[in-house]
Amino acid sequence: MADFWKRFSRNRQAVLGLVILCVVIFVAAIANFIFPTDPFLYSKFPLSAPGENGFLLGSDSIGRDVASGIAHGAKTSLLIGLIATLAAVFIGVIFGAFAGYYGGIVDDILMRITEVFQTIPSFVFAILLVAIMKPSIESVVIAITVVSWPAVARLVRGEFLGLKNREFVQACHTLGMSDLRIMLAEILPNCLSPIIVIGSLMVATAILIESGLAFLGLGDPNVMSWGFIISDGRSMLRVAWWICTFPGIAILITVLAINLVGEGLNDALNPRLRERN
Amino acid sequence: MTDKLLQISKLDIALPEGSERDLAVEDLNIELSPGETLCIVGESGSGKSLTARALMGLLPAPHVRVKKGTISFCGEDLTQATEPRMRQIRGSEISMIFQEPMTALNPVMTIGVQIDEVFRYHAEMSQSERRKRAIELLEDVQLPDPKQIMAAYPHELSGGQRQRAMIAMALALEPKILIADEPTTALDVTTQAQILKLVSDMQTVHKSGVLFITHDFGVVADIADRVVVMQYGRVVETGTVDKVLNEPEHTYTKALIASVPSLMPRAPRPRSEQIVLSADKIQKTFGGGKSFFGLGKPNRFVHAVKDVTLDLRSGETLGVVGESGSGKSTLARCIIRLLDSDGGNIMLDDVDIRALNRAEMRPLRTKIQMVFQDPFASINPRIKVGQIISQGPIIQGESRQNAEARARELLEIVGLDERAFNRYPHEFSGGQRQRIGIARALALDPEILVADEPVSALDVSIQAQILELLDEIRENMNLSMLFITHDLRVAAQVCDRLAVMRYGEIVETGATSEIFKNPQHSYTQDLLAAVPGKKWDRKIAG
Repeated sequence: MADFWKRFSRNRQAVLGLVILCVVIFVAAIANFIFPTDPFLYSKFPLSAPGENGFLLGSDSIGRDVASGIAHGAKTSLLIGLIATLAAVFIGVIFGAFAGYYGGIVDDILMRITEVFQTIPSFVFAILLVAIMKPSIESVVIAITVVSWPAVARLVRGEFLGLKNREFVQACHTLGMSDLRIMLAEILPNCLSPIIVIGSLMVATAILIESGLAFLGLGDPNVMSWGFIISDGRSMLRVAWWICTFPGIAILITVLAINLVGEGLNDALNPRLRERN
Repeated sequence: MTDKLLQISKLDIALPEGSERDLAVEDLNIELSPGETLCIVGESGSGKSLTARALMGLLPAPHVRVKKGTISFCGEDLTQATEPRMRQIRGSEISMIFQEPMTALNPVMTIGVQIDEVFRYHAEMSQSERRKRAIELLEDVQLPDPKQIMAAYPHELSGGQRQRAMIAMALALEPKILIADEPTTALDVTTQAQILKLVSDMQTVHKSGVLFITHDFGVVADIADRVVVMQYGRVVETGTVDKVLNEPEHTYTKALIASVPSLMPRAPRPRSEQIVLSADKIQKTFGGGKSFFGLGKPNRFVHAVKDVTLDLRSGETLGVVGESGSGKSTLARCIIRLLDSDGGNIMLDDVDIRALNRAEMRPLRTKIQMVFQDPFASINPRIKVGQIISQGPIIQGESRQNAEARARELLEIVGLDERAFNRYPHEFSGGQRQRIGIARALALDPEILVADEPVSALDVSIQAQILELLDEIRENMNLSMLFITHDLRVAAQVCDRLAVMRYGEIVETGATSEIFKNPQHSYTQDLLAAVPGKKWDRKIAG
């Protein structure tokens, strides 16, 4: 573990990303304490510029606090990103593991199914799904999961294909081990590194999709999110630049930070890079 | 000074910080004269390959670099040479043959284009001249039908043909020095013998100096004029081939030479007539399948094992020898039911295990176990050693406590510290990992051990230790062993009987001493004739 941290910290940008990500998580965690009131609560001061009337980052057209919205929105974004990614990884691992391990007809069937999902442009597909299911936090999570898992399935299948003929797996066969145990206890731990890397990058994509959906008005109307604030402020961009700008920066920084951390994880976990130094 | 082609003096090559040792090569002094073959011998990690790369100016900079010393090539110090000058030298004055011709050749360019490149960069010749010269070169290295080879891609040639093409390229501009880095390690013995002969023939013609890097003392005996023995980056002994091989002075050289398995077969042991495993007319084919929708070309059809019949007697070691592609590994995997064979019977204690399904096979797994070739690929890097050894018995219904106690015992039996139990495999060397693999196989108390090239990935001194261990446990546990190998030296030392395989068929079986003394089949004769270092062997045998 110490060794892992040493390799990770060699990449300065990754450490910076991790610091930013920790700040975002911290803000999301304490959102209820620093902004105890409902972020949807409007005030008498619409369109206050940053710093005016006690609004740190200004207020929107009906006087809602942008800073409060960003803090509460951080919670939404991170939570949706995390849950959708975990679900996508779970489904992807099952599909990929079975397809890669058994090969042949099982592989053909599972991969054709995966391809059906991959042929539809992911954002359009997500819009379609949310529109069908009625916008809510659950439907957003489901939509993001459905468009994200094929990438994991492909990756895991490739790893399993490479590992299943290794001699250590053959040794397990000669011991009489069951297929399920070989897949879970023997092969899966050997492909955790790329799964962790792709998972971390998928969190960033999930946050982008969620913001995009909220921007189009397909987010959960009862949950504050960054996309919602931007969508609400876009018609007033010329009179009140701060409404769109700050949540936009929040998205930018968070996604960038997660990508940097993902790159760092890749460097630290990728065995081929490890051999080189 | 000028009569020497190459003079390396006081060369130090630094390794990156945090490596096992500071210097890959330390205080190296080597000389090479025209027409001379100098062999650098050493085990893995001895610094022999880095020496060759330093000569070519191909060290993996910036981590590995020449720290001090000179490499004087015809009076010019190569450590000070500029990169453009090095480019001139490489290929035209010093050229190199690599171990694995498949990776050394560019897979998307034809052989002709690749040879042509050498001329285009180094010599001013017209296109037709270049083509003529390339065809001559391919003729020189005795490739059949050079025109066709010119148009072929590397994957269309056999390993031996690719290595010949590499040699043709290396010799294209008649270099003064030819560096050969384990050029025959990836080849079969019969091909190896041909390539070695080709290299020495070429040398006689071109009068070049050859720097031959190898770990195989048999090859050294056949090809070298002088020998340099390296250990941990230092030269421990230099001298003429006669002196180093027959009167070694340094203890390391002595130990290395002592661990080279002799070609004199071991004394036959009293044999039992009880048959523990018998295979009858086993068939295995690969390919011929079609894709999902039945579209596309069907795969190539290969008959990997053809009508193989063999008996394994109680307590004996039966060797299956053959070159790559002979089907020996496939046969082993069919017998242990890693692969499903297409026909025949495999009788184990009156049960035909070929017909059993996986669940029926499971209890019988305790009777027959396997030791694998690659000590790195055959052990799961994510699981602790103790668990690797104990999980077999646990699957078979043993309690965890008993299985773990047995695993600790086994660690001791295979010569590892009991503390290995809680460690991960990456903390162990190749030889130690192979011991772990053996312990895993023994954990189920098998009657039969199938060993698939268990020592071919190991250095010669480690190889001797593992063979000794296998011999010991076979005696103590009364195991019968099916030993797959391509190395006739190893077979001579380990096996009571041999089965020689070619193209999926057994061409000859018999007692090891009989086969070595009096091979019947022409293929067996060829194999035996191709073993490197035969003359030397006879000399030490008396």
